[in-house]
Amino acid sequence: MSYIQLTDVRRVFHQGRPDELTAVDGVSLAIERGAITVLRGPSGSGKTSLLALIGGMARPTSGRIHLDGRELTSLPERFLTEVRRRTFGFVFQQFNLVRGLSALENVMLPAYPLGGSRAALVKHATALLESLGLGHRVRARADWLSGGEAQRVAIARALVNRPAVVIADEPTANLDSKLSQEFMRIAADLKSGGTTLVIASHDPLVHDAPVVDRTVAMRDGRLDGEGAARSRGSAA
Amino acid sequence: MSQDLAPRPVSSWLERQRSLLDFTLASLSRRTGKNLSLLAVYALVVFALASVLLLTESLRAEARAVLAGAPDVVVQRLSAGRHDLTPADRVEPLAAIRGVRGAVGRRWGYYFGRGSQANFTVMVPERFWGAEGEVVVGEGVARVRAAAPGAEFPLRGADGHYLHLTVREVIPATTASVTSDLVLLSDAAFGRLFGQPADRFTDVALTVPNAKEVATVAEKVTRLFPDARPITRQELTRTYEAVFDWRSGLTVVILSAAVLAFALVAWDKAAGLSAEERREIGILKAIGWETSDVLTVKLWEGAVVSLTAFGLGWLAAYGHLFLGGAPLFEPVLRGWSTLSPARRLVPAAGGLEVLTLFILTVVPYTVATVVPAWRAATTDPDAVMRS
Repeated sequence: MSYIQLTDVRRVFHQGRPDELTAVDGVSLAIERGAITVLRGPSGSGKTSLLALIGGMARPTSGRIHLDGRELTSLPERFLTEVRRRTFGFVFQQFNLVRGLSALENVMLPAYPLGGSRAALVKHATALLESLGLGHRVRARADWLSGGEAQRVAIARALVNRPAVVIADEPTANLDSKLSQEFMRIAADLKSGGTTLVIASHDPLVHDAPVVDRTVAMRDGRLDGEGAARSRGSAA
Repeated sequence: MSQDLAPRPVSSWLERQRSLLDFTLASLSRRTGKNLSLLAVYALVVFALASVLLLTESLRAEARAVLAGAPDVVVQRLSAGRHDLTPADRVEPLAAIRGVRGAVGRRWGYYFGRGSQANFTVMVPERFWGAEGEVVVGEGVARVRAAAPGAEFPLRGADGHYLHLTVREVIPATTASVTSDLVLLSDAAFGRLFGQPADRFTDVALTVPNAKEVATVAEKVTRLFPDARPITRQELTRTYEAVFDWRSGLTVVILSAAVLAFALVAWDKAAGLSAEERREIGILKAIGWETSDVLTVKLWEGAVVSLTAFGLGWLAAYGHLFLGGAPLFEPVLRGWSTLSPARRLVPAAGGLEVLTLFILTVVPYTVATVVPAWRAATTDPDAVMRS
């Protein structure tokens, strides 16, 4: 079995009501460990909903999701949250940094509930920011950061709990070409470190990047035909 | 993955609480204006409620102190329905009533000092320890007359002439208002001051050891002397309680505006979170916080604001009442005696009062903080991805 395995997954909003919407419709997908998988498709194609399901942020209406052989869909909420924060790191389209907090505090946030040593956490988070070229912005408030800086803080936050999987939703949507390429360089570094990445994007700079192992096209909540899935290297 | 789900040790729990508290403090400092104004209103309400509690308890303690030394029954004589002096030869027949252990004639009266614009209670104690020309005065009297031991203390007598008395000592302030307006003097000096004959008492104090016999004794007194008016300690207690309850009730009315303001603030908190707060809760959930983590932060937030406001409010009330002389409550405290406002209240509230106020303020506020956060934190974390 693949590292992440989705089997006939559906996600329906407002089920049984007049405004019922099927965001993900019977998707089966295998994601390999250590690979970069890109979900591409137009707005409303179900990419973000599928990312939320893979990352354990939402439960499918039907179907099953396995992570490293363990079924996530049947886990109680508390355990699902635990898996989410220990296994996944998230980079959101709007970065979603907490305003008023410093870059360092934002990076440390996902680790607060884990109860690790504070000193070790500060050291680790600072090292992450430094590795992303933000050593001089550690104390800067999130709302004072430029778009590129905010994105790198968001990436550092996603990495603070040393996740096995990083999930990024339209990470380059608010960035210029140079910063988008910078993001893909960071993605390549993460991949070489053994991290699995699942990225939703309709930016050609992302899905055409050579470091991407597999591109999965989506439309209307479904995978857009087998032929639309482009694989490189060992990815299935 | 299984080791990830292993139970956390105590030190880890403490680190987690510390981190969550750090986040709470950072959150509070981000909304300084809003939180400071909330803190101010909250502290004002605690100040108001604590003032009422402390004031009531202090007044009750004074009442208890007054009544502790009060006789079981006081017998006055009425003449045409008005208080009149009691002949000394009535003391023995009163003492002979079955159930009465002792009867003592008392000589006392009120003296209005025109110069100081204050009422004094002039009294002959059972055993006066000074000389005939000396007085012992309460702290309040000494203050308004600027009288220290050795100073002259002239009082205008019933015959229009001044009695030249000397202050022997001042009763220390620790016994508070019970002795504040007292002027103690000898029997002879009292007689000359009020023109009261030596064989006339102001009233007679009876000692009745068995509380159940008090009513019967009072009945026997009126049967023995139809013009006598017996006043039991129970009646005195009722009068004091009525006065003190009225005073604290009046204070509550005056301060109800502050209480109302707090209720509005608490309601505003309970009614919902700001869009910014909702967004933050969504982010925290999305990056892996549990609902319980969000609630812990909100609990800390409620606790930090509540405890700070509670401490500030309580200290302000204590300082205002007992150190500052309660200037804001002067109209409520002022009795018929012009001496009263100047007196110092004595702290009497204990742990129960603190606990009562704590439960009345901290608990509702904390609940008001946590409930809307709980509602927001139980939403799906993927909502933030779709926002």
